[in-house]
Amino acid sequence: MTQPPAPEVEPGPHREGVEPGSGRVVGVEVAFREVYGQAVATLIRVFGDITVAEDAVQDAFVIATDRWSREGIPPNPAGWIITTARNRAIDDLRRSARGRELHEQLAVEASNDPGDDGQESGPVSDDRLRLTFTCCHPALRMEHQVALTLRLLGGLSVEEVARAFLVAEPAMAKRLVRAKFKIKAADIRYRVPSDADLPARVRSVLAVLYLIYNTGRDDPARAALRQEGIRLARALVELMPDEAEAWGLLAVILLCESREASRRHRGSVVLLRDQDRSTWNHGLIEEGHAIVRACIRRDQPGPYQLQAAIQAVHCNAARYDETDWSQIVELYDHLLALMPTPMVALNRAIAMGEVKGPSAALEVIDALAPQLDAYHLMHAARGTLLRRLGHSDAARDAFQRAADLAVLDSDQRFLTEQLEEINHLDPVDRIDRFADHVTPTLLRVVTSERCTGHLHAAWADQR
Amino acid sequence: MSQYLLSVYGHRESGEVDATAAKPAEMQAYMGRVAALESEMDASGAFVFGGRLHGADASTVVHKGGDDLVMTDGPFVEAKEHIAGFYIIEADGLDAALAWAGKVVDAIGHAIEVRPFAATGHVPT
Repeated sequence: MTQPPAPEVEPGPHREGVEPGSGRVVGVEVAFREVYGQAVATLIRVFGDITVAEDAVQDAFVIATDRWSREGIPPNPAGWIITTARNRAIDDLRRSARGRELHEQLAVEASNDPGDDGQESGPVSDDRLRLTFTCCHPALRMEHQVALTLRLLGGLSVEEVARAFLVAEPAMAKRLVRAKFKIKAADIRYRVPSDADLPARVRSVLAVLYLIYNTGRDDPARAALRQEGIRLARALVELMPDEAEAWGLLAVILLCESREASRRHRGSVVLLRDQDRSTWNHGLIEEGHAIVRACIRRDQPGPYQLQAAIQAVHCNAARYDETDWSQIVELYDHLLALMPTPMVALNRAIAMGEVKGPSAALEVIDALAPQLDAYHLMHAARGTLLRRLGHSDAARDAFQRAADLAVLDSDQRFLTEQLEEINHLDPVDRIDRFADHVTPTLLRVVTSERCTGHLHAAWADQR
Repeated sequence: MSQYLLSVYGHRESGEVDATAAKPAEMQAYMGRVAALESEMDASGAFVFGGRLHGADASTVVHKGGDDLVMTDGPFVEAKEHIAGFYIIEADGLDAALAWAGKVVDAIGHAIEVRPFAATGHVPT
């Protein structure tokens, strides 16, 4: 089990050596995470085999840990890892008859294909989109698709993927093995599907890209996944310019990204109300708004476009108290009609609290509580409302429960601060500050709920 | 190239796919669609082997009972659906196999299952 490094450590090799020894190792780890997906995607294209690719990239990382800790991170870490991994895999394969054949074949392909060297060019990012579509093949179960993409493209450990889905690690390990087995046995090809196949695959791909972005957003140690999510979303709209939901996904990601610089301070979450709006990226906001306007003209509303519209309303307010909450509630009404899940209902209740006050919101959330008992932000939202209503003891219990459930350092830090404030200060009104933090995690939990449902169904079948 | 088994399932009550229940004209149209599909499979080189099976009533399960071989009447799994027929095809990956599967579904108006062979089988000559 790998714990993410403390959030105040800036990702990137330039922090190396800040703390002798450990800082350097953190730098190497961060570099690995940034290049993992790219390296695995390239190696899968070269060898056509997920296991060979994963093993080879793991081997290359072992070699790199030693080398880079001593000599520093090379200028093109991805290229280094890909070349080393490819050589390792060829060495291994050469020992078998099948490997000799493959090796000869590769020698020909490599000379015609300059895309293998890990440069940040078209073919490489294409590799990742291809891998996304392979992982999202409809012949795989939805929960397998998402888990596999996070593992292969996001470079998350099995334990981390299990955590994202709220399932036990052995169950997740089994899921990943099954998915990889099916890809190999059924001969699912590694390619972007033809136009006719695209619509059937796009829903999963959208869910997966959103999850990749949000994984990077939740965890500062994985900030590279945010850029990965944005790059892949851009590649997807280029591939499918007529798919309104692909544009919706790109818009929601860009609008979330525009606020990224203001979302954390000293490793703790800064809520929407307290964010310094002058640090928001107005270029991204303009781009996101333009996409949302185009989506409204197109008039084919879907879950991503609605979430983008909600984000657009937040980004539109020059000050927190100028936020058009009734419009946000209205958008959540639409979203709830399309996705009647407890997570959407929770978000809607939080927005509604802004319009109708904390008692009304608390009533709705209390009714949802049994379904979302394992979700820390539900308890945090309850705590905030209870505190606002002056019920300090009940609020303390709710925040304590939230803190017990929270996994990320930044969430825990924030919740601990809330507990300290309740113990020392007068009640303050904070309910809506959750809006910014809760909304982006929406689909992640929605997806895991659906996945858990599938898994239960699968177990019931096997009984 | 990989080989796939396309299994056509039938209902125990009707015995085989639509055959007993269908009116003669419908049956003729059905047979026409299936014949056209099979020539297409054959011409493209995808067809390896195929056939329609008798109903599940004609099925026998062979298994070990202690040291002895035991035979039991009926299909392997006690279920409403059973295999009514199948195709074995050769295809360039799962998507190509699924494209054939789609054509079979169109022809017979019935869900089918696509399963890869663990190893390439021997084509009977």
